[in-house]
Amino acid sequence: MKQEYTISLFTEDHIGILSQITIILTRRQINIESITASESAVKGVQMLTLVVRTTAEMVQKVARQMQKLVDVLKVFVHTSDEIIYQEIALFKVKTKGLMSGNIIDHIVRTHYARILEVSPEYMVIEKTGHKTEINNLLHELEPCGLLQFVRSGRIAITKQVKELNAYLEEMDEAHQYKPDKIEAFN
Amino acid sequence: MMTDSEMMQVNEQVSNGENITGAEALLRCLIEEGVDTIFGYPGGAIMPVYDKLLDYQDKIKHILTRHEQGAAHAAQAYAMVTGKPGVCFATSGPGATNLVTGIANAYLDSVPVVFITAQVVSTLIGSDAFQETDILGISMPVVKWNAQVKKPQELPETIAKAFYIATTGRPGPVLIDITKDAQIEKLNFKYRKCNYLRSYNPHIPLHRREIESAAIMINHAEKPLILAGHGILISGAEKELLQFAEKTGIPVAMTLLGLSAFPSGHRLCAGFLGMHGNYAANTLTNEADLIIAIGMRFDDRVTGNLKKYAKNARIIHIEIDEAEINKNVIVDIEINNDAKEVLTELIPLVEKKSYEYWIREFRIRDKVEYDKVIKPETRPEAGKIKMGEVIRMVSDLTKGDAIIVTDVGQNQMAVARYYEFTAPGSLVTSGGMGTMGFGLPAAVGAKIGRSDKQVVAFIGDGGFQMTIQELGTILHYKVPVKLIILNNSFLGMVRQWQDMFFEKRYASTEMVNPDFVTIASGYSIPARSVSERKDLADSLTEMLKAEGPYLLEIKIDKEANVLPMVEPGASVSEVTLTYKS
Ligand SMILES: Cc1ncc(C[n+]2csc(CCOP(=O)(O)OP(=O)(O)O)c2C)c(N)n1
Repeated sequence: MKQEYTISLFTEDHIGILSQITIILTRRQINIESITASESAVKGVQMLTLVVRTTAEMVQKVARQMQKLVDVLKVFVHTSDEIIYQEIALFKVKTKGLMSGNIIDHIVRTHYARILEVSPEYMVIEKTGHKTEINNLLHELEPCGLLQFVRSGRIAITKQVKELNAYLEEMDEAHQYKPDKIEAFN
Repeated sequence: MMTDSEMMQVNEQVSNGENITGAEALLRCLIEEGVDTIFGYPGGAIMPVYDKLLDYQDKIKHILTRHEQGAAHAAQAYAMVTGKPGVCFATSGPGATNLVTGIANAYLDSVPVVFITAQVVSTLIGSDAFQETDILGISMPVVKWNAQVKKPQELPETIAKAFYIATTGRPGPVLIDITKDAQIEKLNFKYRKCNYLRSYNPHIPLHRREIESAAIMINHAEKPLILAGHGILISGAEKELLQFAEKTGIPVAMTLLGLSAFPSGHRLCAGFLGMHGNYAANTLTNEADLIIAIGMRFDDRVTGNLKKYAKNARIIHIEIDEAEINKNVIVDIEINNDAKEVLTELIPLVEKKSYEYWIREFRIRDKVEYDKVIKPETRPEAGKIKMGEVIRMVSDLTKGDAIIVTDVGQNQMAVARYYEFTAPGSLVTSGGMGTMGFGLPAAVGAKIGRSDKQVVAFIGDGGFQMTIQELGTILHYKVPVKLIILNNSFLGMVRQWQDMFFEKRYASTEMVNPDFVTIASGYSIPARSVSERKDLADSLTEMLKAEGPYLLEIKIDKEANVLPMVEPGASVSEVTLTYKS
């Protein structure tokens, strides 16, 4: 059964890492629903947040393939209930369409949206929330003369207690581990 | 006041480095990594490096192949037989793109090769300059890692990383693209080998709990089977495998690249797995109650129809690459560690046992296969020469101890079936990619890597002509390889599929071939052609005795099929033993 998964990747800042990650998904014909790149709380570590729809089995396979990439530090796969996540959307709407009655007040109040800019021609409204909430607002604004609409990728924070730093320390420890045999090919 | 040169001297003393060009630094890095042989081909962008090679020729030997693909395959074969990473040079643009097949081949077969490509001057990158290609982008899906060097001072660290990544963990090819300006400009050279990368840790602590559970499962099994792959050879675990098998009494079957990991002829050797593998090994996979897969990846050529694969067995998977575990086959116990380390840990935990009734099952099936396939193939009494008899004869004459190189197709499958390997790591073949044209350049690389060994290549008439220009490399460097062209005047393996699955419609598989003996003589390579059985033993002996290179063309049965066969879509227990077209 296909389901929505959020893949959070912590990577080194190596040029091309984003392509390497997307190649893994495109080879398996998995569509990326959203993707966001940013810095992380650890200096020098990049964070990528991807949202995909696929099966539990497949998401594990691709996560392992991502983890295998030399410049990937750690990959986490989460279902939506395991994370706290948000998306942000901006709407540009004709001012005229919003001025009749107090539509605009109503919208801002019921959707917890924010007005960023007002001019005689247009207004820019910001909404942060989950995809469905943003879609609801979109539906409401469409009849009012929507000029532009843009939505960001998902950003997510995990609920798990163990943070990246702990994993990095573990990796350092693991590195101390050296088998008796010398490293050899063949 | 100090003069500039005095200042530089002081700086050198302080940093203990030397002021040299990027091109020279590259060669010094390679020397530091123990490299003494490079395969490659020059061109505009890489000329500064080639120029410096002249100054270092007493330390580094450069083998000029006749095509970059040849250099790539030769470097891979060199790595496979020496245990050292291969190194391959090519220029920008077409030089780099000509490597791609070779890079992909090394990637799929987990062989450490450091590819160095030159790139146009850094200010021109991205502008479609003359001979600029985005080789980083092109190679990305088929390298373990790649990087570009645009500044000379980045070179030592990048090369050190490249060697570390290529040779550790699951080995693989890496590619470093160096701009022309980075080759020409100077840097303060100091080299430190890399042994740590935060994001990449090849030393996985042993999963002792899983190993203990595996031991219990092994001790309780009634029909266990070991599937040994390339991982055994890569981790150098042949002795441990032998010890483990002998203690537990469990039979060992091998994948194509696992061949030679376990001695042929050993009473526990169950032979070759997969599409053209041995009858017992394939069919009994589906009878086994426990499969211990070591350093292998359940490729579709091994498993046949996955839906009907090993359904009666629990599966223990010992594999260094976590991404291979649960990829094709869902396993019961996963041990994500190096094969040698796991086996060393496992041996004391397993009970000494023997499975006479189970081994008997193998012998019964071996007899069936011998009567129906092996005997008519290796000891035919009449008719045209068969591939199997040639290979078995070479196997006997070399006592299974030569390094055997194959091309791809029927010749490759026949070698896998009929050469009786006794020395670990003595097969060089293209597994995951199945690259025709691999054989000839790989034979060159193998012989240059192991000049002490007899190197014999079996090549089809089709594949031979894909990289035939490498005869020039043999001539140039007097590489004493023995080439056996198994000439059936067909693209044999494709013809076999047309025979079996396309109503014998031979579309574009019959070959009009040149006179191979005449071609060899153009390259001053002694050659002979035989088509009669009575000349076979004599010509093979002559070839093996020859001091220099030798080409022996053997005209074989034109329309013979390699059997048995697990046909596409069939299960490993549905083996076609005989086929009448
Ligand atoms: C580069 C490449 N192109 C095409 C193929 C497909 N292919 C696989 S086997 C084969 C026929 C090989 O014929 P030949 O070299 O004469 O060897 P034979 O099978 O007769 O031993 C072909 C065309 C391939 N494996 N590699």
